[in-house]
Amino acid sequence: MKYTGNAIKYGDNVDTDVIIPARYLNTSDHRELASHCMEDIDKTFVSRVKQGDIMVAGQNFGCGSSREHAPIAIKASGISVVIAKSFARIFYRNAINIGLAIVECPEAAEGISEGDNVEADLDNGIIRNITTGKEYKTAPFPEFVQKIIENGGLMQAIANGMI
Amino acid sequence: MTMTQKILAAHSGRESVCPGELILTDLDLVLGNDITSPVAIKEFAKLGKDSVFDRNKVTMVMDHFAPNKDIKAAEQCKMCRDFCTKKDITHFYDVGEMGIEHALLPEKGLVTAGNVVIGADSHTCTYGALGAFSTGVGSTDMACGMATGKAWFKVPEAIKVVLTGELRRFVSGKDVILHIIGEIGVDGALYRSMEFTGEGLASLTMADRLCMANMAIEAGAKNGIFEVDDITLDYIRTHGGAEPVIYKADEDADYDEVLTVDLSEIEPTVAFPHLPENARTFAEIGDVKIDQVVIGSCTNGRLEDLIAAAEIMKGRKAAKHVRVIVIPATQQIYLDAMEMGLIRTFIEFGAVVSTPTCGPCLGGYMGILAAGERAVTTTNRNFVGRMGHPESEVYLASPATAAASAVTGRITSPWEVMEL
Repeated sequence: MKYTGNAIKYGDNVDTDVIIPARYLNTSDHRELASHCMEDIDKTFVSRVKQGDIMVAGQNFGCGSSREHAPIAIKASGISVVIAKSFARIFYRNAINIGLAIVECPEAAEGISEGDNVEADLDNGIIRNITTGKEYKTAPFPEFVQKIIENGGLMQAIANGMI
Repeated sequence: MTMTQKILAAHSGRESVCPGELILTDLDLVLGNDITSPVAIKEFAKLGKDSVFDRNKVTMVMDHFAPNKDIKAAEQCKMCRDFCTKKDITHFYDVGEMGIEHALLPEKGLVTAGNVVIGADSHTCTYGALGAFSTGVGSTDMACGMATGKAWFKVPEAIKVVLTGELRRFVSGKDVILHIIGEIGVDGALYRSMEFTGEGLASLTMADRLCMANMAIEAGAKNGIFEVDDITLDYIRTHGGAEPVIYKADEDADYDEVLTVDLSEIEPTVAFPHLPENARTFAEIGDVKIDQVVIGSCTNGRLEDLIAAAEIMKGRKAAKHVRVIVIPATQQIYLDAMEMGLIRTFIEFGAVVSTPTCGPCLGGYMGILAAGERAVTTTNRNFVGRMGHPESEVYLASPATAAASAVTGRITSPWEVMEL
């Protein structure tokens, strides 16, 4: 799995309430959730995010509410990978379960700037900042996680007999 | 092993487990609410299974946007109701029976010491107060749990919180947990257990403990758990819980951090916007005017919380510009509060008293803030936009502090109003 896109960068402790505010949780429609993604901290996100873009953030990304709507909104908005210094644990599980690729890599999260062109090679655990030429190593995804993400989520992977 | 590790070992058919190991664990209860269950129900459908693993071990509580706040919320509750009817789920709690899930389940005796519980709600960690391993998950994990009765976990490391001393007057579990989160930060316990122990436990009521375990997630913890004592056992028996199984941490259990908290030194504490770690005591709190007070939630909507608030409100009036909203967390609490005369005290004070709902805590309904407004609330999160407009502000506090603030119209210590 290799993804290339431009970086959209945020700080520490991005919580799931700002990823998708609770006032929109009266639906689980993916597109509707995506249309409000990040709006309480970044009103421009929805209009500027492009298919394949990479979200980069600081520590404890996805803290707070367990709402699976948060990784769903990020994925449905077109983001291919989230790279952060660290993730809150429920968000980490949820992202993998719904097939959103996420990578814990403090060096990359520090070294990548807003707008940088980034390639994330998750099978080999390499993140390349194409804009600056810097390369970062991370733990490659184990095979079962790769299968979950390739199948678009845990349940789909089980239904497809992949795990 | 720690308490948590022992429970996980026992539920995965093993003698022992080590931190970092991945284990498949049997579940005693799988929980969802009206927001997270619809996503889980859709995921469950992908498996093509006719029934859940055990109809007595799956529970759904309609509490977040119920009584239905709008048409979409009504559709979500209907989806849960239809699913539970079709799958013959025993513990489905709808309007009239429901309460805020984490107050309701212990009250109904659905959780006992030694259980493993997952819930598609981050505050599922509340049941650690009963000596259970209990943790929040997402909807897909809930769906898997409903289908198989199992969940996988990475065995967590742990922080030991040793409590000493005794709480002072008008200081509660909320002040203690806000103090601790202020010390270690919102990711201070990330991926780890918080295990509460020590002689100080004796002065903490179950309401204090449920409140503290509830907010373990606000330090990033996987679970918060209290050592079981007579107070726990008495609560479980009174509420008709199943036979408790007590797991005590080994003498030589490996904790990677030990935190000692002297309860007698804890003061009324308030977490300032926009993170629960921004804890301050009144020496550091100036004149902060407020527009709304909310007393309720899975953190502080229990009878003891309402008693603490009523004690301060009795014979007083809410400050003129402050809207006060009191939400008993369950029907039983509502009824008890009524019989004790607390509801009269709240209404005479100038508060509204609502049917149980999570409503305002997550900016759903029943008390949304406008731009620039401030609320003192007994809830658990003060993130940007949590209770309404992204430019509103949420200050987290105990029921006593919230009540004292409602009296003066600014963030106020109960010690000031009660002249201690």
